[in-house]
Amino acid sequence: MRVVVNGEGMDIEEGATVAALLQTLGLPGDRTVVELSGQVVTRDEHPSKLLTDGDTIELIRFVGGG
Amino acid sequence: MLFNDIYAPEDVRALLNRSDQTTPEQVERALSAGHPSFSDFLALISPAAADFLEPLAARAQRITRERFGRIVRLYAPIYVSNECTNRCAYCGFNRGNEVHRVTLTPEEVLEEARALWREGFRDILLVSGEAPHKAPLSQLVETAYLLSRDFPSISVEIYPLEREGYASLERAGVEGVTVFQETYDPELYAKFHLGGKKRDYNYRLATPDRIGAAGMRKIGLGALLGLGPWRFEAISLALHALYLQKTYWQTNISISFPRIREASGGFTPPSPVSDREMAQLAFALRVLIPDVGLTLSTRETPAFRDGITPICFTATSAGSKTEPGGYTRPGEATEQFAIEDSRTPGEVAEAIKAMGLEPVWKDWDRAFIAPEPRIHQAKETERTL
Amino acid sequence: MSDTIMVGDTLKIADRVFKSRLLVGTGKFERPELMSAAIEASGTQIVTVALRRVDLTRPGEDILSAIDMEKYLLLPNTSGARDAEEALRLAKMARAAGMPDWIKLEVTPEPRYLLPDPVETLKAAELLVKEGFTVLPYIGADPLLAKRLEEVGTATVMPLGSPIGSNRGILTRASIEIIIEQANIPVVVDAGLGAPSHAAEAMEMGADAVLVNTAIAVADDPVGMAKAFALGVEAGRAGYLSGLASSSRAAAASSPLTGFLGKN
Repeated sequence: MRVVVNGEGMDIEEGATVAALLQTLGLPGDRTVVELSGQVVTRDEHPSKLLTDGDTIELIRFVGGG
Repeated sequence: MLFNDIYAPEDVRALLNRSDQTTPEQVERALSAGHPSFSDFLALISPAAADFLEPLAARAQRITRERFGRIVRLYAPIYVSNECTNRCAYCGFNRGNEVHRVTLTPEEVLEEARALWREGFRDILLVSGEAPHKAPLSQLVETAYLLSRDFPSISVEIYPLEREGYASLERAGVEGVTVFQETYDPELYAKFHLGGKKRDYNYRLATPDRIGAAGMRKIGLGALLGLGPWRFEAISLALHALYLQKTYWQTNISISFPRIREASGGFTPPSPVSDREMAQLAFALRVLIPDVGLTLSTRETPAFRDGITPICFTATSAGSKTEPGGYTRPGEATEQFAIEDSRTPGEVAEAIKAMGLEPVWKDWDRAFIAPEPRIHQAKETERTL
Repeated sequence: MSDTIMVGDTLKIADRVFKSRLLVGTGKFERPELMSAAIEASGTQIVTVALRRVDLTRPGEDILSAIDMEKYLLLPNTSGARDAEEALRLAKMARAAGMPDWIKLEVTPEPRYLLPDPVETLKAAELLVKEGFTVLPYIGADPLLAKRLEEVGTATVMPLGSPIGSNRGILTRASIEIIIEQANIPVVVDAGLGAPSHAAEAMEMGADAVLVNTAIAVADDPVGMAKAFALGVEAGRAGYLSGLASSSRAAAASSPLTGFLGKN
């Protein structure tokens, strides 16, 4: 299925979870904020939250800032 | 948060101790501080600073001119009732005293007000003993409303109310409330307040918070000098004023600190305060809080008043009668205390002009901004209390 | 300097107590190792971070691995937010990442000077406080705005000394003096502090803390500069606590004012 991650189209496995997506991208689950169609997905939900075709995903993380 | 939550008499005693140990060098430093701190204030009220009254006066006067210009506001009290359920050792209205008790009707208050109007007054302070049974809030609200049609500035000095009570006065046109703590020392407070609702020190201490929370434009604080060590009251008044300025930052704060005169019942102040000490306190308060209002009483002598007014005071009463009906039928009811300055308002105004200052009878008109005071709404609120 | 003057002198923000009065921002450092070393040298206990979209082409970069989160309170900011709604969204994201509920509120719709929007900041602060956040708002040096924020329940106010990144020091001195005088919550001078002396100046004025980022991050030697700012903050604080002598004004009156008092 196809989802949009940070504005870029991406093909992922059917039935993938948020946690699986993060792992594929090499991003640490405890330091990455996931927004699925405008709603924040909490860390507890990462392993259980299923992605569906056409989802828009925003991945956000901490960077340097004042 | 209330002032009660941050105010601790033992802290004041520690500060007093520090003040007592002030050296002349510390006084000099405090006198030249650009932004005087509370430590500087402690130095300025210290025994060591008694030798620096002239430079302290100069500093206080310069600040007063910078902040207020060359003006002094004139106001007059109207005693609405000398009924009182309290027993305050120093007060003529003490319920234990054999005095002639009178409560004016709203119409009688208007008569008094007309007499004051003819003298030139536009700024009125309504005063009442703790007599909610004789002079209930509803009546005070109505009186304030009646007066507010002619007088641009009405304040009250009455028994403490709940916040809603102050709000109803505010809606009726009252712009300021004065409530004296009398003494901030709880032990002395208990000693001099022997009966009545006023015995509750903490309720009284929290009263200015309720006034501020009700959105009143002006809050007046006060302590009676002579009940105990004046420096204790000085520190407490300053802390209280600074707290209120920070918390109710849209409100004007003023301070009074009259010296006790002998009242009916023959009370003699146990810790009399000299002219020089009273002056030192006034100057130091001005230096610490440049924009605070300082109010001078007719309990002081003409010579003292004329000398100190141009240095740091911003408001003064004149021609005061301290008994209900005193302006229209003098001698009928018993007065609260004897005044020392018996000059007429006109004479006081002339004396102020002779100081190079301008007496101000009216410095504000609520018509500039506010809607008409709303007596009906005020009354409705009253009923729901 | 007396060793005793600073003993027990702590900064309390909301319910937490800090020994250091220097907050350090983590932006603009050349390398993460330099940032870690500078944070260490500054003695700070609070470091700010921002939130950004992950760059999928460079997934390996992660600033948090360079910060010891046991040792420092991480203070996420809402930089990039242009209104209250965006600030709220960023704050919630930071919370979702498992951060404590502390948020440095920045609403800067104007891209040239990154000046904070007072109206949206106040709106956002109120919403964030209601959501249970401990809010530290970055604001222009406006004393009334500071009081309004205090009233809605923010933990501090953070007025700017001069435009962010400008290194021009405390150009808003008169206003910050009033903010400090009136505040019942800690005042943290933020933005524009370009030299350790600027930090010292803020602390001498009675500020409770300062936040520094650019001046440390872009120094030739960020570690040395971090140390220098720590000293500046400490010197200014000690000066404030010790009671600064001020330039003296002649106080001799030409004619006695107190003649009426007599000599009693």
